[in-house]
Amino acid sequence: MSLGRFLHAMGFNRLFGRGWLVAGFVFLYMPMAALIVYSFNQSPLQAVWGGTSLRWYRDLARDRELITALWLSLRIAFYTGLSSVVLGILAAFTLVRYRRFLGRTVFSGMVNAPLVMPEVIIGLSLLLMLVTAQRWLGFPERGLLTIWMGHLLVGLAYATVVIQARLQELNKDLEEAATILGARPIQVFFLVTLPLIFNSLVSAFLLTFTLSLDDVVLSAFLSGPGATTLPLVIFSRARLGMRPDINAAATLIIGVVSAGVVAGSLIIARNERLRAAEIAAAQRA
Amino acid sequence: MSHRPLATSFFDRMHAHPLFRKHGRKAVIVVPYVWLLIFFLFPFFIILRMSLTDMEGVVIQPILQFKEGILSLAINVNHYLFILKDDLYGKTYLSSMRYAAITTFWCLFIGYPFSYFMARARPTAQPGLLMMVMLPFWTSFLLRVYAWKGLLTEGGWVCRLLVALHVDDLLVRLDLIPSQGLFMNTPFSLTIGMVYTYLPFMILPLYATLSKMDLRLLEAAADLGATPWVGFWKITVPLSKAGIIAGSMLVFIPCIGEYVIPELLGGPRTLMIGRVLWDEFFSNNDWPMAASVAVVVILLIIVPLAFFNKYQAEATEVRT
Amino acid sequence: MSLAPAPPAYLEIRDVVKDFGSGSLAVNHVSLDIHKGEIFALLGSSGCGKTTLLRMLAGFEVPTQGTILLDGQNLAGLPPYLRPINMMFQSYALFPHLTVWENVAFGLKREGMPRANIAERVEAMLKLVQLQKYGKRKPHQLSGGQQQRVALARSLAKRPQLMLLDEPLGALDKKLREETQVELANIIREVGVTCVMVTHDQEEAMTMATRIAVMSEGKILQVGTPGEIYETPTTRFVADFIGSVNLMDGKVVVDEPDFVEIDCVYCRHRVGHGITGNVGMDVAVAVRPEKIRLSRTRPDGEVNHVKGTVRDRSYFGSFTVYILELEGGRRLKVSESNVDRHRADAPAAGEVAWATWPDTAQVVLTQ
Repeated sequence: MSLGRFLHAMGFNRLFGRGWLVAGFVFLYMPMAALIVYSFNQSPLQAVWGGTSLRWYRDLARDRELITALWLSLRIAFYTGLSSVVLGILAAFTLVRYRRFLGRTVFSGMVNAPLVMPEVIIGLSLLLMLVTAQRWLGFPERGLLTIWMGHLLVGLAYATVVIQARLQELNKDLEEAATILGARPIQVFFLVTLPLIFNSLVSAFLLTFTLSLDDVVLSAFLSGPGATTLPLVIFSRARLGMRPDINAAATLIIGVVSAGVVAGSLIIARNERLRAAEIAAAQRA
Repeated sequence: MSHRPLATSFFDRMHAHPLFRKHGRKAVIVVPYVWLLIFFLFPFFIILRMSLTDMEGVVIQPILQFKEGILSLAINVNHYLFILKDDLYGKTYLSSMRYAAITTFWCLFIGYPFSYFMARARPTAQPGLLMMVMLPFWTSFLLRVYAWKGLLTEGGWVCRLLVALHVDDLLVRLDLIPSQGLFMNTPFSLTIGMVYTYLPFMILPLYATLSKMDLRLLEAAADLGATPWVGFWKITVPLSKAGIIAGSMLVFIPCIGEYVIPELLGGPRTLMIGRVLWDEFFSNNDWPMAASVAVVVILLIIVPLAFFNKYQAEATEVRT
Repeated sequence: MSLAPAPPAYLEIRDVVKDFGSGSLAVNHVSLDIHKGEIFALLGSSGCGKTTLLRMLAGFEVPTQGTILLDGQNLAGLPPYLRPINMMFQSYALFPHLTVWENVAFGLKREGMPRANIAERVEAMLKLVQLQKYGKRKPHQLSGGQQQRVALARSLAKRPQLMLLDEPLGALDKKLREETQVELANIIREVGVTCVMVTHDQEEAMTMATRIAVMSEGKILQVGTPGEIYETPTTRFVADFIGSVNLMDGKVVVDEPDFVEIDCVYCRHRVGHGITGNVGMDVAVAVRPEKIRLSRTRPDGEVNHVKGTVRDRSYFGSFTVYILELEGGRRLKVSESNVDRHRADAPAAGEVAWATWPDTAQVVLTQ
């Protein structure tokens, strides 16, 4: 018996697998845990534990700069999410339904590239373009609008991937069935396609919202006076060293996001289970 | 039997007209296409132009000039020459690619078994596992990178752990940290930060590919006498090729131009082209120089980019 | 052959061609006349063009050439949503996010029918397919058979002039398929809608259709009632495609107005009717397995029998299939109904037996 088979028989595989997964998750979650723990540290120094305290949270509530930046970031993230989904639907449709048209490879490349392009490149090129536009057309001024444009470029790439995946697995018969029943193409889209891809639209929105909320580089290149986003504030503070108020902010963010992700996952899982049970019941009937 | 009335409303007639039917489809394609041309492709031309000119104070010199009846074309390649001549740029490009490659390697090394075991776990457990991988991804990456600062500075959890395990001796020997106990602002801290940040990007396409693999293929191989080890290397790995490449490109390409992580966790010894670009632009205010640096980066990543484009669709494809 | 003059064709397909540019034509100059109230089947294996033809009727594909007329109206240029035609898909294509009631009402709402009328029509349709109590359910809460009935109700709701069925029973398992075949055909006949169905399953076509068109490689090979197709195929392909058949090549040796004799390598046929042709012509003789009888004793006469060894015997419950190996290796398939519960003289494997058939059993094919 070879070594491989021997180990396999001993259940080594399963043990190793579980071990690797656990180690991986520890690696992924440890920094977050550290942030949370130290946000309650009385002492501003990371190395010294001064006892539990909520002082940093209290400071956070009074931090005008942070709160203004948060508000701006939320607005940009919201616009980014919406516009990414709208453009993403169009782009996904194009890629999935229209197999042959002039310049399809170019289009596909342009849609996918922002997924991997280094942000400094995207930021610089967009900024130069916007400055040129400003010289020729007199607008746009650097600020919320320009940051939004940058986030939309990257958001479009992510939204398209998500929506495209869902569109591809959609049964084409459904749209044909709607058509032969008398629905015009636009009606088919709103009455049949849209409801069925709705979940992916929500995913795409949340994904691009999060990415926009988290972005540093693009915001740095594209922002203007008075348009400082939350990540930029955090980044400039973080560069200077460890700041306990950031820990408090981080904990809150982690808390909110975790609650959202867990709740969302549970809801989806529950719906899946219900659905599977209904299908099984129908088959038995 | 009811006889359906033919095209009556304006909407009907509009839809019945062959011209509209062709153009309806065009409208869907054209909107994102034009948008991308303006905001993605056009800026690249501007960067190219910017790199071929120079700045006199704050005025950017034009390339094409028509003065006193003379049409003159002035393409300034000084910045490129400078990049080629100056040692620092060459070293920085290489260093960036090296860090990107190392990060990709470690992400693959840690991420492949991770995705593999996730895909082989109980089907009921998999959504939960997936959610646990996604959760850090949804929380701010900036904050998580920042958290590593705390972990690696003196007194931080990881710092203390590594010192206790005498790992720092090994790291000093490998020239990854300057001296014992000093983990921050070193090649080591940068690598850890990058691997940490990009690991989910490797895991997700790998998991997508591996979870779709037909396990019966492995059963068939076992029937034919292959050990699990052989089955893994000869069947599982080749079948997950698209996922490996997509994941690797998703890590490698952005890592080359990464800025935030080197800024927060890197140090004077870690040369990354993202920081150089940023400094040229924000600190030196030398836009043409920054543009030239950017153009060279673009040239470096064009091949991996094409690679990625080819495999990403395949990796996330749903088999109908 | 009916004595009354044929009613005018309700659906006229005139010389329709579809070229996808791949070299060969998907639909190759097809012309068909389909009568009102018929259930017309397009039968053929995959790739023969039947589905393409169906889709052209629906409007999902545009003919490269040719005309399609429904009740005198030219369908050219009409998109699917403007045609008085409905289609039932193999996958049913029920809208997963709508209830059964809403699915059936979908087409009626598009038409602009007033709400009260919609409710009435939907109820009537659900009653027709016996799913009155299932209105509030969603498709995934139904079994496969129930889903199919909803699909049927939905496509009949608008009272279309023509209904298209794309492999209607393909998704069901065998038992369900047999029950549903009859049920489906009954409902369609009750409603009286003209129907064109596409299938690769001969049993389906034979059970449900009033007339069948056998297709291959984009062309129509033969059109006729199930009986005509089965008992009087006009080409080898059709004879072979429908059911099982024994095809024997031979030459015409005697050609009389009321009978012919054909000499095959190992036997001699005497066919009880005349054919258009002459002595010396190469033909194929088709004999269906169920027309042949096996016996242990040599039959009288010199024609319509052959000797062989039973190579295989398969018991199917209601009938038994024998494979008889003739001299020279040729095999003959014989199917005998198990009329007797214990047939004493049934030949066993390895035994020598004679196969005989009456002179009405053969079909002489020249193509």
